[in-house]
Amino acid sequence: MTSTALDTAAATVEVRDVHKWYGAHRVLNGVDLTVRPGEVTVILGPSGSGKSTLLRVVNHLEKPEIGHVSLNGELIGVRRQGDRLKELSERAILAQRSRIGFVFQNFNLFPHLTVLDNVAAAPVATGKLAKPEALELARELLGRVGLADKAAAYPRQLSGGQQQRVAIARALALRPGVILFDEPTSALDPELVGEVLSVIKDLATSGTTLVIVTHEIGFAREIADRVVFIDDGRIVEQGPPSEVLDKPRHERTRDFLSKVL
Amino acid sequence: MTEPPGTAVSLTEPPPPTDVPSKPLTAQRVLPLRRPGRWIATAVVLVLAAQFVHGLATNPFYQWDRFGYWFLRPTILDGLLITLEVTAYSAVLGLLGGILLALARLSRSPVLRAVSWTYVWALRSIPLIVVLLFLYNFSALYKTLSVGVPFGPAFFSFDESKLATDMVIAVIGLSLNEAAYAAEVVRGGILSVDQGQHEAAAALGLPKGYQFRKIVFPQALRSITPNYVNQLIGLIKSSSLVFYVSLLDLFGVAQSMGATYPGDVVPLLLVVTVWYLILTSVVSVVQFYVERYYARGATRSLPPTPLQKLRAGLADLRARIRREAAV
Repeated sequence: MTSTALDTAAATVEVRDVHKWYGAHRVLNGVDLTVRPGEVTVILGPSGSGKSTLLRVVNHLEKPEIGHVSLNGELIGVRRQGDRLKELSERAILAQRSRIGFVFQNFNLFPHLTVLDNVAAAPVATGKLAKPEALELARELLGRVGLADKAAAYPRQLSGGQQQRVAIARALALRPGVILFDEPTSALDPELVGEVLSVIKDLATSGTTLVIVTHEIGFAREIADRVVFIDDGRIVEQGPPSEVLDKPRHERTRDFLSKVL
Repeated sequence: MTEPPGTAVSLTEPPPPTDVPSKPLTAQRVLPLRRPGRWIATAVVLVLAAQFVHGLATNPFYQWDRFGYWFLRPTILDGLLITLEVTAYSAVLGLLGGILLALARLSRSPVLRAVSWTYVWALRSIPLIVVLLFLYNFSALYKTLSVGVPFGPAFFSFDESKLATDMVIAVIGLSLNEAAYAAEVVRGGILSVDQGQHEAAAALGLPKGYQFRKIVFPQALRSITPNYVNQLIGLIKSSSLVFYVSLLDLFGVAQSMGATYPGDVVPLLLVVTVWYLILTSVVSVVQFYVERYYARGATRSLPPTPLQKLRAGLADLRARIRREAAV
């Protein structure tokens, strides 16, 4: 674990027959999805369709009622016991999460820590790096997202676009095999969207596995290897952007695209 | 108020051409509104305040010479030391107890939640003086305290009358009481931290203890500090109740000296008052800097310290005088 935890090899994510409900409200109704290493998957869908929940099931922020998720073949949040799945301990789940990057709509940076400490905290806390190495890595990553000069600032002193770029650097600091983006530009002023998208595009071309929930159709067309359209907790259709976005086969996909384009 | 030149209109003369005012209106500062009511209110309050201070200084009833005699007497200072000790121990133990109770109350275990709720309910309901007197009589009820298997054999036991000094009783009583209030203060602070912070910490896979110590609690402290200091100031004063379990704190000393020197009761009460004022002031100053420390990152710029405020105020005043002089 010590050496593999740091390798940056892109991971495979498999979602198998995932169901999720809150009381009588069914959010996911049997979702199957395979994300291959280095692939960029964009999830589209109307609000309330379950796309954010699907993303949160992948890193086990939400527990599926039925079904399972695996990362490079390793089950996430559960283990097999005979022919049943059993929940893992919280500690084991936290260790798994540190291999999956997650970027939130509202950034959720730690406001009481400097930008540098925000990025360096997780590798140190999870025991992956010693403090000096973590700080060095954090500086390098801040440089990569174009914020080397903001290392000493506090998050609230930055613009939304800058905060989201710090959040991406924070996710990268754990050298995750996959990064999940939950509407990364939805909380931003329009003129700040571009700087965040260009950082994500850099990641896409560098071969990291990315799963992105977004409303930026143009961006999806540009970087996605695969577009997944989800409605009512089910995947309606999926395929390359040239098919799903330009020649959608389903009425619901056409309907949705006509509203957002 | 005078009419600005160029706006008076008379019926007999044609209005003056509007393009030749003596000075363009936009080139001049707007005259601030005068507020005579405020000046009168200020004067009245100042007169009343002066009267109060004069009375305080000249009324022989207060016996300021006796105040001076008592203020730094070693016996008073001994009492002050007891007050400080009792308060400091109880503040720390109470806060620790409060953190544990708050965590229990927020835990997923219904048993822990119920125990925590019941403790807070009970200790907030029972008057502190009753708790203290209970503890004081405790050693009579339970002669020895033993550590061992519950309901089973004891490994070792204490003779309680030796363990429970007046100081220990006082600190335990105040801490038990303080913990109940601190629990609610801490719980409120933890709840005030945005849910997104918990999620981000969980998503990064930070270990549970680290999440609390480094992410949630430091942010909670921002709202815990003012409430807990409020609590602390209450504690400083309620520590005077330890007099009833025969511990001679600041108030206790003054009380017993007053019994010995009945003529000095009023100056002794003044001595106590002034010392409590000093303690509260020190706590308030510390509070300001603690709050400022935990405001890092929460606001775009830190609030100025009093010294910085004074400097800015003086600079402001100088600029204003210069401006007035120029007009």
